[in-house]
Amino acid sequence: MSLTDLSASQILADLNARRVSSVEVAQAFIDRIERHDKAIGAFLRYDASAALATAREIDERRAAGKPVGLLAGLPVAVKDLLCSKGDLATCGSKILENFRAPYDSTVVAGLKKADAVLLGRTNLDEFAMGGSTENSALGQTRNPWDTTRTPGGSSGGSAAAVAARLTPLAVGTDTGGSIRQPAGLCGITGMKPTYGRVSRYGLVAFASSLDQAGPMGTSAEDAALLLEAIAGHDPADSTSIKAPSVAYSKSVSQPLAGLTLGLAPEHFGPGLDADVDAAVREAIRVYESLGATVKQVSLPHSKYCVATYYIIAPSEASSNLARYDGVHFGHRTDERAMLAELNAERQKLTAAGDKAGLNRLDTPLVRMYRRSRSEGFGPEVKRRIMLGTYALSSGYYDAYYLKALKVRRLIRQDFDAVFQSVDLIAGPVTASPAFKLGEKVDDPLAMYLVDLYTVSANLAGIPGISIPCGFSAGGLPIGLQLQAPPLEEDRLLRAAHMFQQATDWHTRRPNLP
Amino acid sequence: MSDPYQIVIGLEVHVQLLTESKLFCGCSTRYGAEPNTQTCPICTGMPGTLPVMNRRAFELGLRTALAIDCQIAPFTKWDRKQYYYPDLPKGYQISQFDLPFSHDGWMDIRDAKGRFEPKRVGIIRAHLEEDAGKSMHDEHAGEADSRIDLNRTGTPLLEIVSQPDMRSPLEARAYLDELKLLLEYLAVSDCNMQEGSLRVDANINLHLTTDSGENVATPIVEIKNMNSFRAVERALEYEAKRQWQVWQETGQRLGDVPKQTRGWDDAANLTRGQRHKEESSDYRYFPDPDLVPVRVSTEEIEQVRAALGELPAALRARLEKTYGVSLYDADVLVNQGRAVVAYYLEVAETCGDGKMASNWIQQDVLRTLKEQSITIDAYPVRPAQLAELLSKVRGGEVDTTRAREVLAQMLATGHTVTQTMSDLGIERVDESQLVELCKQLLAANPKVVAEVKAGKFQAAGALIGQAKKLNPNANPARVREICLELIAQS
Repeated sequence: MSLTDLSASQILADLNARRVSSVEVAQAFIDRIERHDKAIGAFLRYDASAALATAREIDERRAAGKPVGLLAGLPVAVKDLLCSKGDLATCGSKILENFRAPYDSTVVAGLKKADAVLLGRTNLDEFAMGGSTENSALGQTRNPWDTTRTPGGSSGGSAAAVAARLTPLAVGTDTGGSIRQPAGLCGITGMKPTYGRVSRYGLVAFASSLDQAGPMGTSAEDAALLLEAIAGHDPADSTSIKAPSVAYSKSVSQPLAGLTLGLAPEHFGPGLDADVDAAVREAIRVYESLGATVKQVSLPHSKYCVATYYIIAPSEASSNLARYDGVHFGHRTDERAMLAELNAERQKLTAAGDKAGLNRLDTPLVRMYRRSRSEGFGPEVKRRIMLGTYALSSGYYDAYYLKALKVRRLIRQDFDAVFQSVDLIAGPVTASPAFKLGEKVDDPLAMYLVDLYTVSANLAGIPGISIPCGFSAGGLPIGLQLQAPPLEEDRLLRAAHMFQQATDWHTRRPNLP
Repeated sequence: MSDPYQIVIGLEVHVQLLTESKLFCGCSTRYGAEPNTQTCPICTGMPGTLPVMNRRAFELGLRTALAIDCQIAPFTKWDRKQYYYPDLPKGYQISQFDLPFSHDGWMDIRDAKGRFEPKRVGIIRAHLEEDAGKSMHDEHAGEADSRIDLNRTGTPLLEIVSQPDMRSPLEARAYLDELKLLLEYLAVSDCNMQEGSLRVDANINLHLTTDSGENVATPIVEIKNMNSFRAVERALEYEAKRQWQVWQETGQRLGDVPKQTRGWDDAANLTRGQRHKEESSDYRYFPDPDLVPVRVSTEEIEQVRAALGELPAALRARLEKTYGVSLYDADVLVNQGRAVVAYYLEVAETCGDGKMASNWIQQDVLRTLKEQSITIDAYPVRPAQLAELLSKVRGGEVDTTRAREVLAQMLATGHTVTQTMSDLGIERVDESQLVELCKQLLAANPKVVAEVKAGKFQAAGALIGQAKKLNPNANPARVREICLELIAQS
């Protein structure tokens, strides 16, 4: 078995036992990136020399017997939505193609403090808006299990990188399923923690009340390790939860006795792929064989989840993305061309004596905003900005945004009620395995439905995990989703680990081209 | 007032709160630094950054709101007010929309000269928000060059919105003066209009009765760009006349045209319509998901209330009632600020004559402060010393004129009252010595004696001058009395 086939936890054990050096580990993954990432497109950028320098420094410290961090020497890839001082944070967008962050996000600071080796930055749907990574303006990412298919999204780069073993660990972000869905479609383990568990400081906002960074790896054990490094209260994020941090990596191996799983019929409705249905039901039988009891529960408001999500998320996005206006941040249109265009329009209107038209004509400032944003944002981002702007407009606010907030509360109450009687809710991550690249790009509504089973956790603010539970007849990975009450990441990880002790889906590797 | 209309005015005042750091980040709020040196990723709206509320700013807001008798909301939240402008880096301003932290207060105004009836002005709300940056537009040679300074961005602002309760520019001025004084007493703002730490927008229209007896209102106009309270007064005076003229020309009523914003041009002494946007602005307010709601406990409110100290209105009343100072004088003293009032109170208490203390402070102390451009804290004569001097005046140990010399000398030397009096050779003169002195004077001035005898009592004044020359400590009033008595007896 080669180094890159090992899980992060196994590599860390070897590093700590000094059976292998950080430099060797980093070099092994860099070699794989160089060999395979042309076909996969998981990374937007990687910096071999910087990674090796960090690895060398950690090796020296370890050799000198000096203290090292939790992840010392482990390569980690980071979604290009999290700021790292001095590095670009493109957010997969043309508008921020040249944005260099002057500060560290709390997540990246946590990784640095844990002595992780930051390998590079992974691709994503522009501003994390999408479920296939096809909305990235900067490159296409392919599913390592079938490169004609999507890795999912928006953390598709992180998921594909882990699945292809280009990195043992990756950080993703999840606003409506953006960690769990690509994890499911790429056959890896990915967790969205409780809203507020991981600081959002430095995570470029898509929808502030839903965004949450989380760990992606090959196993629950690995996810536990990464989560431990990035979770915890952060005074720089007012919405960060003041709860003691947990040593997830220590507790993950303790099995849960007397586990009660809830199954909601809403997660097994029409449209669910037969292979997915079968794999998920089989996974539940595995849990039963491990002593879990299964209970039917109901989440009556889950039919409103996608609609609610597509009011709240675009509304917040329309506001969060206002700063990319060409003045403070982001691409600015060619001013000479813009002024020439404006002048030509003015002359034409003047010649025609069109006073009303002249009155309506943009000021140069407004035209600069208009052109910069038109050029800088991709179609899906524009669509959501328009949806959100509309929903927040005076006269519509009550009917859309306010109403959505009310429904959101009902969705949360559904979960609160269910968790009175079950420990976890189990179900599919997605209705079907990875779809073909290009298949849904012209059908935004179909694309929105890929979030069907995942958005509820974001709306309710609860943690959820996706773990591999089988393969479709076509050989594509299938994910099992577990959801837990707020702050019960530990329970999720232990339950996932139990399953991974009894199955080997998470150890399967794609054959890379 | 014989105007055929009633002026109706409401004021919106933005106050920069005196915090060390900004409302949502740790940057300094100091005025006057090099542009863009007091900024950080948070106040420049860097992608990914998040605001964290400055509790101190909230407390200062709370102090002010309680001082204007506002109701404090037990639960308040932050909203985003969205608009595009180059000095607004996030594309939205964090403000408070439908749940301001305080509402429904009031403030009493009155005019010491009695030019309007005392009245209570309602306060609709006071809410907190972050300030925007500053745009500087240089336009020369056809090239427009705009610069943005983000030092101010994120400075805490308290917006205080009054009811349209003012009926004249004078009342508006009185409201502003009283509010500014209150803010200074509360030490929540330095209220410097030049530096923009206090900004005023005024809403004004006219209520009038048509020939057919119908009560109507003219369209409300918001006036901006006023850089002093005097400018507010003048702008309102101008605008009332302008609206009356427009009404006579067009008959436009409230609701006929959208609300207009006009800018005050101080040099030209007029208001100008600002470029009218076709679409009315829609700020698309919504609760800021980056911030958590603020809860205020009753205990916290009571704590802040208890620490407010005595405020101007209460102080004026106390000065009038307890120290026998006239309304006008109480006003002058209280308007000087808390430090002068404290000085006054100590002098008045110690010397036992509130009126005398008031006169001396107004005529002597304040004049020196003004001449030397110093504050009361830098005034060399401390209240206990002034009180000692005034006690001696009251006890007849020194007359007012000589006491002024003493005070002047004390200011110059920093010596004590006793020391200074001895330096100046001031000592109590015996009655017998005075009688001797007067006899001498009468003997030397037969002409004066004759005049007084003929009923020209003012002629005795000449004797006092001479007495002072012979013995500077001679009490002029007493000299005059003795002389008159002696003449009458002769």
